[in-house]
Amino acid sequence: MQPENLAEVLRNHPFLSSLPEQHLQTLLSCASNVMFHEGQYLFHEGEEATKFYLIRTGKVALEVHARERGPIRIQTVGPNEVLGWSWLISPYRWHFDAFAVEDVRAFALDGTCLRTKCEVDHDFGYEMLSRFAQVLEQRLVATRLQLLDVYGSSYAGVRA
Amino acid sequence: MNEELAVSSRRLVDPLLPHPVPIRRVVWETDDTFTLLLEPGGANGADFSFAPGQFNMLYAFGVGESAISISSDPYKPNIIAHTIHRVGAVTSALSRLKRGNFVGLRGPFGTSWPIDKAKGRDICIIAGGIGLAPLRPALYALFHRRKEYGRIMLLYGARSPLDLLYRVELEQWGKHYDVDVVVTVDRADSSWKGHIGVVTGLFNYVKLDAPATTAMVCGPEIMMYYAVEELLQRGVFEENIYLSMERNMKCAVGFCGHCQFGPKFICKDGPVFALPQVRFFLDKKEI
Repeated sequence: MQPENLAEVLRNHPFLSSLPEQHLQTLLSCASNVMFHEGQYLFHEGEEATKFYLIRTGKVALEVHARERGPIRIQTVGPNEVLGWSWLISPYRWHFDAFAVEDVRAFALDGTCLRTKCEVDHDFGYEMLSRFAQVLEQRLVATRLQLLDVYGSSYAGVRA
Repeated sequence: MNEELAVSSRRLVDPLLPHPVPIRRVVWETDDTFTLLLEPGGANGADFSFAPGQFNMLYAFGVGESAISISSDPYKPNIIAHTIHRVGAVTSALSRLKRGNFVGLRGPFGTSWPIDKAKGRDICIIAGGIGLAPLRPALYALFHRRKEYGRIMLLYGARSPLDLLYRVELEQWGKHYDVDVVVTVDRADSSWKGHIGVVTGLFNYVKLDAPATTAMVCGPEIMMYYAVEELLQRGVFEENIYLSMERNMKCAVGFCGHCQFGPKFICKDGPVFALPQVRFFLDKKEI
């Protein structure tokens, strides 16, 4: 079996689609392959956010802990999606727990390394920020839709 | 076959006269959603057939009528199913009925999913909540002619795992009919191993060959709005996107005007529309 070409696999991840080659090389210097087993936590709420993840296989659930109700799953992140933006936004702390619902293979991108590169190369920084802004916007819309409870009793599925 | 079904789609006598039909079985799908299995030929031997996507007017005697989509296999018209969300007086009355009771039935009414037109193409079915019910006959029709279609994808969103309809069938469809079934819920506890999030997020988990895809969408209107946006953004042509619309209905034959949607009547011009027919009105607050 041929060893994976990290640059090639990264290039094919939808989050990095059409990323200019020089930016891809910058990212590559901060990337590593990681694996988490089912039942393992990727990170916990309140910890320093030092990474983000590009999920390749498997599924991660974001959980929030309510004292009386225990862990509540609010979202899952799966293949071809990106997990974590807290590395980019001060104070760089995770807001949720991330739990591997299945075995997960992912690229981990070192946030501290990337922040430094964003400071040095503003074009790269803008590229990162605009891509994460898209993810943030999608998550915000999705969260609002979830809050609307669109499948609740107001949606009857009848027409009288 | 859809055209054949449409041609042979036969109403029971007078379209304005409810026809008494016995209930063969009641199946509770969730806490507040149930399926009535009816024998339309049971009372007087009249036959009944329908096309996927059509609806009937069901009359709870002494209470009132509701327009309910047919949710059973169009190839088995001797037993027809209606999956009903208990939300108001009529649906509550229907929910109290038992095997052997009668409902009044008028129908079938309305337009159907483009089963024939989509022959040879990939099919992406997007359903939200009880919106899966009107799409189930389309799935059955596709399964009957499985080799005539490319990839079939079902993206289904519900409120919680307990609100998922046809749970056993969802598993079987994936296994037996080569369907990519991807399910998500809005909220769940840690016992749920599936996806959590909105149904449009599921597009990330299927391979969509946009130009070759016909999409059929049914769910809350706001969900359909975002599903359409996502489909268009991914390159599906608008003429290949079909929606099943919902509005208040009374007569079901285009007389009363209750279900007017812009220049259309949902009951006779719909409920299934190609997107270009309704796109202009989709985001209009007054419509």
